Order: sequence, then structure tokens, then C-alpha cells
Amino acid sequence: MAIDIYKINPEFRDIMPKEIIDLEENATWAQNQKKPRGIKEMPDTKEILEEHSLCAGCPEAAALRYVLAALPKPEETIIVNSTGCTSLMFPHIALHTVHSLFGNQNAVATGIKRVLDWRFPDIEKDVVVLAGDGATVDIGLDYTLQSFFRQENITTICFDNEVYANTGGQESGATPKGQVFKMAPTGKKFEKVKMWELATTAGCHYTMNMTASAPKAVAKAVREAILVAREIGPTFLNIYTPCILEIGLSANEGLGEMKDQDKDRFASYKFVSPEAEEFLKKCKAEGKL
Amino acid sequence: MATIKDMTDTHNWSGQKLVTADHMLFEAPREKHFMTGSEVLKEAVKRCTVDASVSYPITPQSEAAHLIGELWAEGYVGTYFRGENEFGVMSEVAGCAMAGARTITTTSGPGTLRAMENFPQWSGTRIPCQLILMARGINSPLTIQPDNLEVSFMLETGCMIWYAENVQELFDMTIAAFIVAEKPDVHVPIITVVDGFFVSHTRESVMLPADDIALLPYEPYKAPLPPIDSETPPGRFLRDPFVMKSNYISYATHASWQWEVRSAVERSRPYAKHFLKGLVHVTGTPDAEIAFVTCGTASHQAKEAERELMKLGVKTKVIKLRTIRPFPKEELLAELEGVKHIFVPEFNVVGWLEKEVKTALHNNHTAEIVGGPRVAGGMSMPAEAILKEVFEHINIEGK
Repeated sequence: MAIDIYKINPEFRDIMPKEIIDLEENATWAQNQKKPRGIKEMPDTKEILEEHSLCAGCPEAAALRYVLAALPKPEETIIVNSTGCTSLMFPHIALHTVHSLFGNQNAVATGIKRVLDWRFPDIEKDVVVLAGDGATVDIGLDYTLQSFFRQENITTICFDNEVYANTGGQESGATPKGQVFKMAPTGKKFEKVKMWELATTAGCHYTMNMTASAPKAVAKAVREAILVAREIGPTFLNIYTPCILEIGLSANEGLGEMKDQDKDRFASYKFVSPEAEEFLKKCKAEGKL
Repeated sequence: MATIKDMTDTHNWSGQKLVTADHMLFEAPREKHFMTGSEVLKEAVKRCTVDASVSYPITPQSEAAHLIGELWAEGYVGTYFRGENEFGVMSEVAGCAMAGARTITTTSGPGTLRAMENFPQWSGTRIPCQLILMARGINSPLTIQPDNLEVSFMLETGCMIWYAENVQELFDMTIAAFIVAEKPDVHVPIITVVDGFFVSHTRESVMLPADDIALLPYEPYKAPLPPIDSETPPGRFLRDPFVMKSNYISYATHASWQWEVRSAVERSRPYAKHFLKGLVHVTGTPDAEIAFVTCGTASHQAKEAERELMKLGVKTKVIKLRTIRPFPKEELLAELEGVKHIFVPEFNVVGWLEKEVKTALHNNHTAEIVGGPRVAGGMSMPAEAILKEVFEHINIEGK
């Protein structure tokens, strides 16, 4: 039934805002799609993110658009969010999203996924966690890793900007060593937490560390991670989305920063478990990728 | 494992015949059993068509939590697992309930405080989940003994709070709690409290209906906020959302949302009155001038004191509060007509129930209110302690 909820009651059609009509007519829902959805469709289709309120040029906003464009089945996808800059965008997404508390996102996602599997045994419903590095690596580390240990069928995406941006630029666990931020007035004293390595150790079947510099690469990772989470077990993507404001860059410099970091702290890391690899081969053969 | 596809119009997934709460609580024939509070909670959950439960060990609720797990293994509960700690568990419960499940969990003392941030989140999200709180002392120093100080922390979370005195009440309240919490015009979480050990670990006679019947399932699409399951249009999206903005609309929205949560708790009164047969229960002499206002096992001890005082020719009565949120102010005032001395015996050092009573009576009643006796940290409350409190405050001939 999920796709039907986007159909407008004919009685109200004449008073509907254009964005709502566009959602019904011109969004790329999975149903009736011959090919998998993807970022190629972004220029001429209705996106499921509408007029977000982040800073001009924020790479996080671009990354979120890539993620949403790559969801294999948006009409059956629940996104669980946490507190931070991402929570400013979530109310603008035309899907079921949850903001609960700061750091409990993987616990909430666990409850939702388990119950959706119970209530809808014949429908694949994807649960995707999307939170910042403070939520994932610091305050929510316990719940993130525990959901990996328990092999929950959820995809966790961390928008890593290496700082508590929404509270005004404080050091986080993902901040590189030596960086001066608020609460680290003489520079951070310990190394950046390599969350992607922890995720692999904790049992994720598909883990990546990357930047959002290449939209196609982000879309591919998102699609593969969600398909693996559906069938095999937890997956984790760590994506660099710099806070241009806190590191002193202009609105047009985010992309350059991400490209620089492709060769440094965010040099590509990819782990795929043998089960996941076999499954992805099968997906490719079936045209799902 | 059970599957929801086995549910029919007349039977749930474990083959139990579906019945109304009225049938379950008031009409179905009952038989006598002898069991502890933990065991009786298993019997209650077994009859409630529960979709989801998440558990974590902490004394004294551990046995109740693992017995719900056995119900899952036996095919009565839809999904069940052990969470990582109480903060995680209460967030997992939130996820389960948001996704449209009838959900129950249990905790005690330090676990309650660890999970604290979740309880106002539960009520703010308008989920009708049930927490069985088996009250125990909180640190420091470390104690695992009965003490209900933790309840004072729960009073302003926006959740309903009911308090059961004994094993029988725990059984009946647990069943009624789901039904009242799930009413579309209520739809807030409910915390059902019992005193740890005194109820959880004490074996008592209890009357139970047969276990081949169970409550009709929860209907998530009747909820005031639709479930997070992608089956209804997404509500909060497009253009300037009111959250996270600094403007007068966001302030007013937040304030009215919080008022509405508390109004929803108030709207539970008629339902609670029906299923609990009154928000207060009274024993003793109706026209007594001395009253004990109590909740939980303190009620039992006060009733014993009432009988002892009667032997001395002193007429008293015990007014047991069955709901704490909503607070039964009108019912309490009605029962206190003509009362000159009020005693509030409690199992904690702060006297939170005394404060609740004083707030309700302020400018409404002239009786003297004595906050005592108070015991804590696992101490018992013998009737003698209550008598002593009475004799210290009231000059009774021959004493």
C-alpha cells in the first residue's frame, strides 16, 4: 500500500501545493521503475527532499540528496535521525522519519525494524539510520556498536564532519588529532576514532569510509549497503561532509575540501564480508544494482 | 516462532480467543492460583496479545523480564530481545511502539534513572507502551532493596502512573493499563508500579481467568499520531517545520504539545475509573476522623494498623490511591470529608506522596497532614510503626 499514500485525493487536488503534486507525478518511486533509482535522475525528477535549511554550500545537504536519490525503495524506507545539523533537514523529507533523542538512533531503529519485520512479514521495509559523528561516535557509540553486535538488519550512515557543528564547533571523537576547536583550546589530544574499522570489527557486513565528493560513488555505496542490510546484516557508511563554516571555508569550497580528503583521512576504505559479496554478485546478475 | 499471519478475526497468533478487556477483567470465570508478582506478570502478558518486549536484567525485575522472554519462545509475544542497558531498552521500546506494536518492558531503581531521558520522549511521541516498574532503592549507597523514591522522578514525565498493592492488582492493572493507554483520546505511555520484592517476590493467592483467551490486538491506525511504518502519508515534511526554529510559533507549538500530553493523561480518568473500579479504594470506618492516604504495599500495612486501632476503639480509614497520574484529587477530597488527621506512610525518605497530598488539599481541606511514618532502603513498615506515629500526634485515651 505504501506507494498509494502518495496519491492525492482528487477532491483536494486543486488546492495542493505544487511540491505535493510533483511528488505523486514526478518522484522516482521504486514501484514501476524498470531500472534502479539513481542520482542520474536528480536533474529532471522530483526529489524527496524539499528546501532544506542548512547553510549555503553545505556538503551535508548535497550528500543527503545523493543518499535519498539512491534509496532502492523510498516508499518503504524509514529514516532514523539524531540531534544535530541533520535534524534540521529531516522534517523536509517526504518519508517517514524519526527524531527521538541524541545518540539513541540505532536503538530506536532496532525497535522499528524488529516490529516492521513482525507486522509486515511479506514486505521488505528498509530502516536507515542517518546521524552525525557526535551522535554516532561519541554519545551514541554504545547503541551503534550494540546494534552491529546484534546483527540488526539496518544501514547506518554517519555524516562525519569531524566536529559538533550544530552546537557551535566543539571537538568530537571524529576530530583529527591536533585540531583546535572549542573544548579543545590547545588542540585535540587523541587520534580521530576510526569508526569504519570499529564497525567492521563489530560485525558489519559492508563498511565504507569515503567523502561525498563523487555523487555516483555515494549512491552506489548507499544502494549496496541497504540491499546487504536487508538480507545479510548491519552495514555502515562513514561519509565526510565537512562543516565549511567551522573550518573556515567559503560556500564554494566544500567540494575541493572533500576531494583533498579523498587522499588523506578519508582515503577509501571498503570491507565486504564474503556473504555480502556473494549476495551483491547475485543482485548484479538480477539487475538490482 | 509465532507469525502475525496466524491471527484471525477471532483468535490471535498463538491461538487464544480474542476478547474485550471487560470480558477479561469482569466476566471470564477465574480460578485460584498461588504465585509471585513476577509470575503473575507473565500470566498477564500472556493474555494481552503483546507484539513486542525488550528486556534487561536488574534486581528485582529480572525474573519478570525473562519470563516475558519465555512467552516469546512459547509463541505468545511477537518479538523479544535483551537490550544493551536501560537507556537503550527504553529507546528500543520507543522504536517498537512507534512502529505500531503493543509493547511492554520492566525495570527497577537505577535502571529507571539510567533510562530517564526516554520517558518524556515516550509521552511526547504519544506512544501507549507499558513500563512495569518494580520499585527499588537508588544509589548511592548501593541497595537492591524495596524503596519507592524512584517514583518521584517519574511524576512529571507526562506518563500515566498507576500503583498496584499486591499480586492480584498487578495482574488486573497490567491488562487494564494497555487498554486505557491505547484509547485514541489518551494514547500516552503508562507506568504500572509495584513495590519490588514485597510484590515481585512474594507468593500470594490470585484469581486468574483461563489462558486460552487474550485481549483484542492494538490498532495502531487509531493512534493520534500515525505509526512509523510507511503506510500513512508522512506528516512532518515540506517547508518551514516548527521544530528547531527560534520563533513564536515554535515556542507556542512546543508549549501546547506539552499541555496536550498532560491533558491526555487527564482524559484517562473515566476509563481508569471503569477498569480499576475507582481511582481510590477505601477500607475502614466511613465516618472516621483519622485517615491514612497510601499507595502500594504501604496500603496493606495501613490496613493492618486500622484493624489494630479499631481494637482500641479508634476509628480510622485507609484511602488507597490507585492512580498517581492522573492524581485522584476529587476522589480523595470526597473521601476526606470530616477527616481531621491525615497520615501518609511511605517507603522513601523524601515523602513524595505527602507532597502530592498536600498540593491536592491546599486551600481545599483543613485536616492536619502528617508525612509518616517513613521507612526506606529495604526497611519494612510494621503496623506498630504506624500506630506509634498516630499516638505521637493524637492524644488517644489509654495510650
